[in-house]
Amino acid sequence: MKNLNSVFAAYLIGWGAFFLFYVSIAKRTSDLRAEVDRLKSSLTRTK
Amino acid sequence: MGKRIVLGAVAILLVIAAAYASFYVAPEERTMGLVQRIFYFHVGSAWAGLLAFFVCFIGNLMYVWKREPKYDWLGVAGAEVGLVFTTVVLITGPIWAHPVWGIWWTWDARLTSTFVLWLLYVSYLLLRTLIEEPERRALHSALFGIFAFIDVPLVFGAIRWWRTQHPSPVIMGGPGSGLDPTMRKVLLFSGLAMCVLMAFLIAERYVLEKMRSEVDILQREAEAQ
Repeated sequence: MKNLNSVFAAYLIGWGAFFLFYVSIAKRTSDLRAEVDRLKSSLTRTK
Repeated sequence: MGKRIVLGAVAILLVIAAAYASFYVAPEERTMGLVQRIFYFHVGSAWAGLLAFFVCFIGNLMYVWKREPKYDWLGVAGAEVGLVFTTVVLITGPIWAHPVWGIWWTWDARLTSTFVLWLLYVSYLLLRTLIEEPERRALHSALFGIFAFIDVPLVFGAIRWWRTQHPSPVIMGGPGSGLDPTMRKVLLFSGLAMCVLMAFLIAERYVLEKMRSEVDILQREAEAQ
């Protein structure tokens, strides 16, 4: 199994990058959703 | 939301199947051996990255023409997703190259044009952080994105037009090029899987940008009161 480490590293880093990117999108979306809710409720209260 | 979940599930199933096919269906390459299996992941990611930049380019062109925010959201989604795929290409390439070429990197036309492409889209995203006003930010980044896309045909053509350390094309490479039929099928399937994953990530990133725009509008409303 020559170069198994290289294959393992390439796939691990690649999938890790996609996974972390997806997690970052999900986290940013969830933060923004909370911000939208907060702004909407504050606007409704002031109306 | 429902369609995005279905797309995400399909993308996950396809990439798992593509990884399985890369290791258990494709035959082992005679000279390079096991390390050649990086090829399916590396090339699939490269195709998906270039396609994401094309999506960004279409978004940029449409924004300049129509000036509708949805095209700006599409542009930034394509750029960011394309950048992630290109980063994976720039990491997996040297990991594959080192055991085969004996070097991690060389400044040949394909590798250099890909690195320049990566730098151009990093600049595109940095430019967006420097301009506060939304319409100005969208227009300037759309114009820069149209310029940045000029490098995509250079990346595609580099291994066709110039002699490079990077291998010659195995698909659409002209006479003398080609792959074992099973390898070709696995490569095309891996490319498809990565493109579906790319479409899913663009859809998710588009929604994020749309929500960011909604927050901007609500913040302005709150400030005006």
